[in-house]
Amino acid sequence: MVLASKNTVHSVFFLILDFISISCLFIMIGAEFLGMMMLIVYVGAVAVLFLFVVMMLNVAQQKNEWFTSIANSSHLPFGLLFSVIIFFELIIVVGGWKYKDDVSTSVTLKTISETTNTHSIGNVLYTDYVHLFQLCGMILLISMIGAIVLTFRKRDGLKRQSYIKQISRERKEGVELVEVKNKDGVKIDV
Amino acid sequence: MFEIGLGHYLTLGAVIFTIGVVGIFLNRKNIIVILMSIELILLSVNINLVSFSIFINDLSGQIFTLIVLTVAAAEAAIGLAIIVVYFRNSGTIRVEEIDSLKG
Repeated sequence: MVLASKNTVHSVFFLILDFISISCLFIMIGAEFLGMMMLIVYVGAVAVLFLFVVMMLNVAQQKNEWFTSIANSSHLPFGLLFSVIIFFELIIVVGGWKYKDDVSTSVTLKTISETTNTHSIGNVLYTDYVHLFQLCGMILLISMIGAIVLTFRKRDGLKRQSYIKQISRERKEGVELVEVKNKDGVKIDV
Repeated sequence: MFEIGLGHYLTLGAVIFTIGVVGIFLNRKNIIVILMSIELILLSVNINLVSFSIFINDLSGQIFTLIVLTVAAAEAAIGLAIIVVYFRNSGTIRVEEIDSLKG
């Protein structure tokens, strides 16, 4: 449905539906913190970003020619073939899966049963994986700066604040002492 | 009683991954849908990581899921910024018409 709907806005809505159901699954199997985090990050930020761009670029009128152009698409068989091959490979891998017996000997096994999920994630995240955590922060900072730099543009006729001009302003050119005559006023020339 | 095990989650991940790959291959529309397909692929990776992490009782999988989540958000932001700039310059984001590199 994300791929085949005719309107791009509808695809974004189906993507949101997908994210919500996956986060419900996460909450159900016991990863509450990650489920809530997916809800916040994906539905709250990413999907709204997609919707914003779709509506700003005005491609909603550009109807999808999925059903008409799928007939004369040249690389349709290759795509379907690759996808079917990948899908069956994954299914074979899942089907042939056997556990080793001693698979669940882990360092965090004890903490996961005693405390809540968020608590144990915090215990591990800020001690063992603190470098990865800081790397995440750096990635987010870089992406924020990159997005701002990419979409920034200078326009004419737009008044901006000039810090250098403001700071280097002096008393001589800013203030003037004027002798005011009676009943005459002061002429201001800017 | 029908019990939902690890295999069902892995199958769901495989299905969503395949849907994302099909979306990248068969897209004739705009790049935004391709970005959404990439999000679907990252989501299926997250499903696999979380289900293994729950069923093996190891928290590292959930930590890596957090990192994948961060990277996905950053990638969406950068990709959408690039798309906005491209649309401003050329006026179209249809996949067939982006062929200026063809030479």
